[in-house]
Amino acid sequence: MKLMKIVLSKDSMKIEREQDVVPFRGRVKEYAVKIGMSLVNQTKLITAASELVRNMLKYGNGGVVLIEVISEGRDNGIRLTFSDKGPGIADIALAMKDGYSSGKSLGIGLPGTKRLVNEFDIKSTPGQGTTVSIIKWKNG
Amino acid sequence: MKQDISKLLQKKKKQILEDWINNQLADATLREDLMSNDELREQSAELLDGLLKALTDKNFSDVESKEFEPVYEILAGISVSRAKQGFSPRETGIYVFSLKDALLKTLQTELKDDPSTLLDAMLKTNKLMDSMGILTFETYLKGREEIILRQTDEITEISTPVIRVWDGILALPIIGTLDSARTQVVMENLLQEIVASGSTIAILDISGVPAVDSLVAQHLIKTVAATRLMGAECIISGIRPEIAQTVVHLGIDLSSIVTKATLANALKHAFGILRLEVRKVQKEKIV
Amino acid sequence: MDRIPILRMGKFLLVTIQIDLYDRLATNLESDLVQMVNKTEAKGVLIDISALSIVDSFMGRILGNIGSMSKIMDAETVVVGMQPAVAITLIELGLELKGVHTALNVEKGMELLKEKIASDEEPPDETDEDSTE
Repeated sequence: MKLMKIVLSKDSMKIEREQDVVPFRGRVKEYAVKIGMSLVNQTKLITAASELVRNMLKYGNGGVVLIEVISEGRDNGIRLTFSDKGPGIADIALAMKDGYSSGKSLGIGLPGTKRLVNEFDIKSTPGQGTTVSIIKWKNG
Repeated sequence: MKQDISKLLQKKKKQILEDWINNQLADATLREDLMSNDELREQSAELLDGLLKALTDKNFSDVESKEFEPVYEILAGISVSRAKQGFSPRETGIYVFSLKDALLKTLQTELKDDPSTLLDAMLKTNKLMDSMGILTFETYLKGREEIILRQTDEITEISTPVIRVWDGILALPIIGTLDSARTQVVMENLLQEIVASGSTIAILDISGVPAVDSLVAQHLIKTVAATRLMGAECIISGIRPEIAQTVVHLGIDLSSIVTKATLANALKHAFGILRLEVRKVQKEKIV
Repeated sequence: MDRIPILRMGKFLLVTIQIDLYDRLATNLESDLVQMVNKTEAKGVLIDISALSIVDSFMGRILGNIGSMSKIMDAETVVVGMQPAVAITLIELGLELKGVHTALNVEKGMELLKEKIASDEEPPDETDEDSTE
């Protein structure tokens, strides 16, 4: 039986400056607490969100994050969708490789982030922007 | 002129209920031990009531119709609770299918002079009841799954005790397969206990783990690394010969971890780190 | 508030991070600490992160930098009080905080620092595992 993902609530937040990162994390935490996510899963989700939002600021000059509470079967979770209008990523497979980074960071960015969440999806068109979407289930 | 079948059924509600109950009571698999007859009657009356109220001639052939939602809800509730009470799938199925028999019987008696309407009504009833039957099984399975999930949770809970073996030393015997969900629980319990007790050494005993493959080894390495990040040391003990063999054959590198053959050896090592000594008391000194 | 206070205790510097840090605040802390190590000739730096609910790669890098920079200036760095959930997340993320020592709490961190310094003053019997990148 294929289960449908149902969106229970929606919120969005503009990320334009480095100062938006901490309030954004606070907002994600609020939703995670609301659906009763365990502390470890909360921490993983917020850390992943923090990584992605930094990427967005660094490579995409900021963008918009959509925060959704979703439900699939009996499991609830949170979906975050990061969209920017930056230069995009030419080779996604390369960007998802452990140890690769185009910027001056530790190079754990995307693959490390992927390990923290249950579902990870990235779409990018060079010249138009990148959209990353992650899902963390309450008990995932 | 066509008869209004839904009205007809509503009129005959009492009869249908009686037939249905009798069908259920007549069945050899009736579980009087799990549910009293009064309860059965009440449950059946509620469902039939809801069904006949929702039923109109317009939606009769449309099983997806919105009006049926409350009926499906009642039915789902009944099947879930039956799954939890320990009814078998057959017993749960008979509940719905005996209603179908009762409905069909009434239609047959009432419409025996009008074969074409009878045929049409029977086909529609069949379709509707089949969809209710499917729903019953789906929700019954869901109820069962819930039980399994709860039991899994309970097993993980009880199977990861953290023991304080000495002031500053914790031991965690792992029994059973170590998958990623389990590792998560082990790690959480261990780290929380480290903070709570202020222990600087943790011993993970894996003598109860049936097999160590590269995935399990990776989980162990992660646990050790997380313990170190917190500022505590982690020793793995209970490495049986078979485990040592597979680890080496698979080419798993455990060199970054302190491993000991037995819990006793690990404890000795821990004493060494804490600069403790266990000695036999000398006789002269007691006297 | 745009500075994290750094306390001096004998040969050691003490920092308690009480809030989730803005990036600017974290980079300021890094440069302030290095300046202070130099000015006070401190032998050890103790950073208490028990109030931090999140350590992402940026914050991890700052901590690692502080450790490596202090190391070149002959001071040891101990990070204490990491939350279990944070430790689990860091491991999953693939960050191991190379270059810093860790301890359960401030008390144990102080002990560790004293030990490190004591063994520093004696002829070196063991080189420790941290490597500077």
